[in-house]
Amino acid sequence: MMGYLVLGIAFGLLLHQAGYHWLWALGISCIVFAGSLQFVLVGLLAQEASLVAVAVTTLLVNSRHLFYGLSFIEQFRNMGKRGFYMMFSLTDETYALLCATSGVGSQEEQNARSFWIAVFDQCYWVTGSVAGAVLGSLISFNITGIEFAMTALFTVIFVEQWLTVKHHLPAIIGIVCAVVSLIFIGPDNFLLPALIATVTLLLLGRPLIEEPVCA
Amino acid sequence: MRVGYAVAIVLVAALVTVITRVLPFILFSSTKRDIPRAVSYLGAVLPPAVMAALVIYSIKGISFTAPSLWMYEVGAVILTALVHFWKRNTLVSIATGTIIYMVLVQGQFL
Repeated sequence: MMGYLVLGIAFGLLLHQAGYHWLWALGISCIVFAGSLQFVLVGLLAQEASLVAVAVTTLLVNSRHLFYGLSFIEQFRNMGKRGFYMMFSLTDETYALLCATSGVGSQEEQNARSFWIAVFDQCYWVTGSVAGAVLGSLISFNITGIEFAMTALFTVIFVEQWLTVKHHLPAIIGIVCAVVSLIFIGPDNFLLPALIATVTLLLLGRPLIEEPVCA
Repeated sequence: MRVGYAVAIVLVAALVTVITRVLPFILFSSTKRDIPRAVSYLGAVLPPAVMAALVIYSIKGISFTAPSLWMYEVGAVILTALVHFWKRNTLVSIATGTIIYMVLVQGQFL
């Protein structure tokens, strides 16, 4: 959870650097609440991306969230109104914590604990973002390079996934598509074509990849 | 940029994020309906592929015309990955990579 505070601060600093008031950090962290996507969002805002590009990029960057929910369908349904908040707030961090603590205690204890994990995660994230954005306007020390926090976050999630999946071809396809797209399209608009090419290749390569992955 | 358009971008991102999180509950909530194999396949292979693309995205500004323009990024990514293989502590890995990168960039050692 401390990770969320620190990453939130990095996000806030970046957003401030991009010229946005801390109220933006507050608003974005409250209603979007998606760590890696929010870093990408700073870039989308800066380049005034089209709304379609924003929607498709969000969908693909968050695609892993489509599958987080599958692990908790039963539990969240039993949580009544709190269940809706759980669905909304199922980020990487919350998902990891819920997985780590599932199966401990009675059903009701587990529901209450899960709910508070989600609430605290978002509090840390929102607090960090606002603190970062405010800090950005106050501090005078040189924060050049702070944007690397985003790269480091992606690298860490990537390594985690590399260590948990059996088959590494999908990750390699992702890298190759991104590099090729970057070379041919240039740095401004290459992400979306790269992601679409990745999905297409993964679907085409399904007969090759599926067995080892799902075996 | 007009403020209205920035708000629109944020709202679209928020809406699509909610959709990605709620969709599994809408699609598969009624008892134990089987999840189509194509969906579980994408669930297994898409996230690592997307994250790989995002790593490239986040260092997209690098240029190979001078060593200082790419060695810091690439070096710090490798360092972050190594620290994470070693400790598997998200905060430690991110903090180490970011601080080293900031020192390198600000110091301009190359």
